[in-house]
Amino acid sequence: MLRITQLTMALLVLLGSQSALADEVQVAVAANFTAPMPRIAAEFEKDTGHKAILAFGATGKFYAQIKNGAPFQMLLAADDETPAKLEKEGLALAGSRFTYAIGRLVLWSATPGLVDDKGDVLKKGDFSKLALANPKLAPYGAAAVEVLTKLGVLGAVQPKFVQGENIAQTWQFIGTGNADLGFIALSQVSKDGKISSGSAWVVPGHLHTPIRQDAVILNNGKGNPAAEALAKYLKGDKARAIIKAYGYEY
Amino acid sequence: MLESTDLAAVWLTLKLAGVTTSLLLVLGTPIAWWLARTRSWWKGPVGALVALPIVLPPTVIGFYLLVALGPNGPGGQLTQALGLGLLPFTFAGLVVASVFYSLPFVVQPLQNAFEAMGDKPLEAAATLRASPLDAFFSVVLPLARPGYLTATVLGFAHTVGEFGVVLMIGGNIPNETRVVSVQIYDHVEAMEYAQAHGLAAGMVVFSFLVLLVLYTLNPTGRRK
Repeated sequence: MLRITQLTMALLVLLGSQSALADEVQVAVAANFTAPMPRIAAEFEKDTGHKAILAFGATGKFYAQIKNGAPFQMLLAADDETPAKLEKEGLALAGSRFTYAIGRLVLWSATPGLVDDKGDVLKKGDFSKLALANPKLAPYGAAAVEVLTKLGVLGAVQPKFVQGENIAQTWQFIGTGNADLGFIALSQVSKDGKISSGSAWVVPGHLHTPIRQDAVILNNGKGNPAAEALAKYLKGDKARAIIKAYGYEY
Repeated sequence: MLESTDLAAVWLTLKLAGVTTSLLLVLGTPIAWWLARTRSWWKGPVGALVALPIVLPPTVIGFYLLVALGPNGPGGQLTQALGLGLLPFTFAGLVVASVFYSLPFVVQPLQNAFEAMGDKPLEAAATLRASPLDAFFSVVLPLARPGYLTATVLGFAHTVGEFGVVLMIGGNIPNETRVVSVQIYDHVEAMEYAQAHGLAAGMVVFSFLVLLVLYTLNPTGRRK
């Protein structure tokens, strides 16, 4: 009996301490935004005193988790469809959607000199494996297929496809040299506006539909000042400077 | 309800589990035999190494295999020097990975079976002038049959249930590396819940039946 009382007390203390730190926001963040978001969150905390707790993963998985009661208060998706869908299904606050970044696609190889700055390597085809994110699941994968279709090489390179479940895994295939080259997000290989290693072709935006990444406040975030503050902060100059430095537009 | 891509994944998974289990029974027998009989100091370290996949997250195994079998890794340099090319993203690569991943599930039941039979049957066979090889096939194998049944079923089922390792080194290629667990994951991620249910329910039923067969045919220990 005593132990149960003690447990209850401990739980109450824990719950109490959490509500004392009310200005926290739990954010689900698309895998491709793994690099810039912690920096934005750090600045956000410095400037506003609010804390953003980040979880990174595939947008489709977050959708399934949110539908099944995950405690996220805000979603920074890898696409614009998932936030719209969540809003339509009544799982997100109406009118809270906005585009926080527009992704840039890059054809990248860990080997210096393999990828030329016009992407002609795709037509020459002297490589054995081309990595891309699963086009069914990841917007960057779908964009890569669009590019290959427009260049008229889809049929030729399709047998060389290896697919990552998301953009992070796709990077891993290329980064470890198991795939010669592949399509990933510019943000993954861009540091302070420059390609950090290997060789790359930044795919011109007109070769694929823009990769709009939308954010939305979820029902759990209703009335949380930190969620609203983060939404506002992401549209501000300071966040946008970081977003741009990682190779996104907005 | 199942599409042709789903059926292809099912077939590929059965093929992978079949090849892996056959290889493991061949490779696992001498390892288990040695572990059961040796008094060497190496028994501890080797036993621990064999058991590692039970406790390691599959992503760790998959990640190290990806690095080790890649063009810059020792395994990758070996396979390239042998003219085999690179193993990640191939069926052969999945077999190699699955052999590591399911090794303890085959070795440990065999080791237990070998340990349980003790020295006496072998000594008896020796007094009847059976050669060690003869004794192994006509005495040890029949006595260890329950162990072999457990090893086969667990090795097969565990390989069918493999996900993290395949995800890391598979590359999701149809008919080559896209196994059932990956296909289910894709369906769930793509919000195709109906197809996901079709395959997932199939996995639950299959796993239950396999274990049912094992526990009915082989009530370990209870009859002794």
